[in-house]
Amino acid sequence: MSEAAVHDDHHDHKPTGIGRWLFSTNHKDIGTMYLLFSLLMFFVGGAMAIVIRAELFQPGLQFVNPQFFNSMTTMHALVMIFGAVMPAGVGLANWMIPVMIGAPDMALPRMNNMSFWILPFGFTLLLSTFFMDGGAPAGGWTMYPPLVLQTGNAFPFLIFTVHILGISSIMGAINIIATVFNMRAPGMTFMRLPLFVWTWIITAFLLIAALPVFAGAVTMLLTDQYFGTSFFDAAGGGDPVMFQHLFWFFGHPEVYILILPAFGIVSQIIPTFSRKRLFGYTSMVYATVAIAFLSFFVWAHHMFTVGMPLAGELFFMYATMTIAIPTGVKIFNWVATMWRGSMTFETPMLFSIAFIVLFSVGGFSGVMMSITPVDFQYHDTYFIVAHFHYVLVTGAVFALFAAAYYWLPKWTGHMYDEGLGKLHFWTSAVFVNILFFPQHFLGLAGMPRRIPDYAVQFADWNMVSSLGGFAFGLSQLIFVVVVFKCIRGGDKVTDQVWEGARGLEWTLSSPPPFHSFTVPPKVTEESAHG
Amino acid sequence: MARKDINLTTKKLYLLVVVMFGFGFALVPIYNVFCEVTGLNGKTGEIAVEKAEVLAVDIERYVTVEFDTNVNQATLPWSFAAKKFKIRVHPGEVSDAVFVVKNKSNRSIKGQAIPSVAPAQASLFFNKTECFCFTQQTLAPYEEREMLVRFVVDTKLPKKIETMTLSYTFFLSTDENKITSL
Repeated sequence: MSEAAVHDDHHDHKPTGIGRWLFSTNHKDIGTMYLLFSLLMFFVGGAMAIVIRAELFQPGLQFVNPQFFNSMTTMHALVMIFGAVMPAGVGLANWMIPVMIGAPDMALPRMNNMSFWILPFGFTLLLSTFFMDGGAPAGGWTMYPPLVLQTGNAFPFLIFTVHILGISSIMGAINIIATVFNMRAPGMTFMRLPLFVWTWIITAFLLIAALPVFAGAVTMLLTDQYFGTSFFDAAGGGDPVMFQHLFWFFGHPEVYILILPAFGIVSQIIPTFSRKRLFGYTSMVYATVAIAFLSFFVWAHHMFTVGMPLAGELFFMYATMTIAIPTGVKIFNWVATMWRGSMTFETPMLFSIAFIVLFSVGGFSGVMMSITPVDFQYHDTYFIVAHFHYVLVTGAVFALFAAAYYWLPKWTGHMYDEGLGKLHFWTSAVFVNILFFPQHFLGLAGMPRRIPDYAVQFADWNMVSSLGGFAFGLSQLIFVVVVFKCIRGGDKVTDQVWEGARGLEWTLSSPPPFHSFTVPPKVTEESAHG
Repeated sequence: MARKDINLTTKKLYLLVVVMFGFGFALVPIYNVFCEVTGLNGKTGEIAVEKAEVLAVDIERYVTVEFDTNVNQATLPWSFAAKKFKIRVHPGEVSDAVFVVKNKSNRSIKGQAIPSVAPAQASLFFNKTECFCFTQQTLAPYEEREMLVRFVVDTKLPKKIETMTLSYTFFLSTDENKITSL
């Protein structure tokens, strides 16, 4: 603390050159790096999606061979989940949590630096597999044995990538919890925390509880392949289905790791542009905790078809349906927040409203799939693909866009180009539905996922979906233009930026000083959460 | 801000990470025990010879036991078949089934048979006192051998189950498998 106090009188003293970024222990710089890294990965994963949609534009094999196509689906998932959505969430947490709770920085700044800087190494490892014998992993991101054991030289690289990304996420999670538990400003009680901070505490606990299990499961794959163990090998008395149980014990909490920060973001933005306080703050907190808790008891709904006994199927069906209750609480609270508010529709608000509507679409198809008997029809079809892209693209990614537009003026001190922002929103919102909605029809008609070619009866909707995909991909370039234009300049903004914005981050200057809240602010009920 | 508090929180969280990593591995035996207790996954029971011989035989009732044999052809050049494809037994009666296994190659190979019983509900009530699947089997070049399984169906078998299938798959022994693939 004494060192920080010395720095107090020259706020904007920051290191210069490449060293500022390589050795950074500043939460704002690390947050910025996380966000830019995830933007880059968003386009890497997006390019793979374009290859997939180009191949599926027409029946027959056009551009790539089936093995490479399978690599594309596998790598697209890994890059988007671990490279785009998760780091974007951690980046926002890094930037916003200290300034939202009135802390000078994260609790463990050096670990913060490390958790970011091992990410590029992890992805170098993963992407290098494209140049290896046997090609990149093509057995699906879920890595089910025995198929995944047929991966060529890329196999150990895949496993170690998962280890590295897991370590990075766990360090980030530990840092977030240590920060929020110990570094809140006086008066910032837990029930006064902004909801974004709350959702991140819970996400961090999910990460710490779920990722080590996943790391263990992939380690077992590794020893099965190279060290003669038989965890999943029937010949040695193991069971491949056990991997699925272990994987989804991690995998289901993982989907909430991706979506809970998005819930937090939307809970910040809706009140600001409705010029009202968030409706039902306490119920929002408890609903989030309930979702996280339940997420550990529903994993087998991903594997209804493996031959579970009836009792198991019923248990996982009802447990899954229960999750719709706290999720419904959240949706209704957001709607009630907007009710009779003096609403305006700036880009962050547009993305947030689209989030509520389209995430609900994905939520409803989720409720459909939770019904065991009908899931036998949906399992491994494009209906599943449509479902998880509705919750992840129009859910998580739309919320991340909303967050970027909402806080960009705070980060840079400049207003982004509202016209381009709105253009980005409307093109994205229209094309994403052209891209994913027809996939519901394809799935119900029986088109399986993870195939490079399909029966001609699926041709029309695939072409529509691909056209939507290309247009959606192109629309994202607008976002890049907006971000870089905003970083380089634009209209100066006030400290509060948005008329209805509440919370500590809006009491700082825009952009905030390099070292903020070196003297903790006082928080009262009046000035607490948005 | 107390640096001490931060360190304490961090240590607790590290501990939680280690515990959860261990928990992932603990799930393996938990899973196996769970399957054995519930009879899921077709895991069959084992019973000592002395115990099996004193069981009361339910002569009123017949159960058909079918035998299914498979070889993991990709790795193991063996043939494997049951002498009788099905037999009728009384619950509680100790019965034998004989299988013929042949090594079709000119080298000595070690194999391991993995059993499974369908329907899964019946697997809890299917007990073996002796089985070639308990240990690994080595066959000399072109050797043909008869292998025995001695089993007893529990008298508590639910009435609605009249037929059950005992299925075996012979795999190349895992240690041998690793040696050849390296």
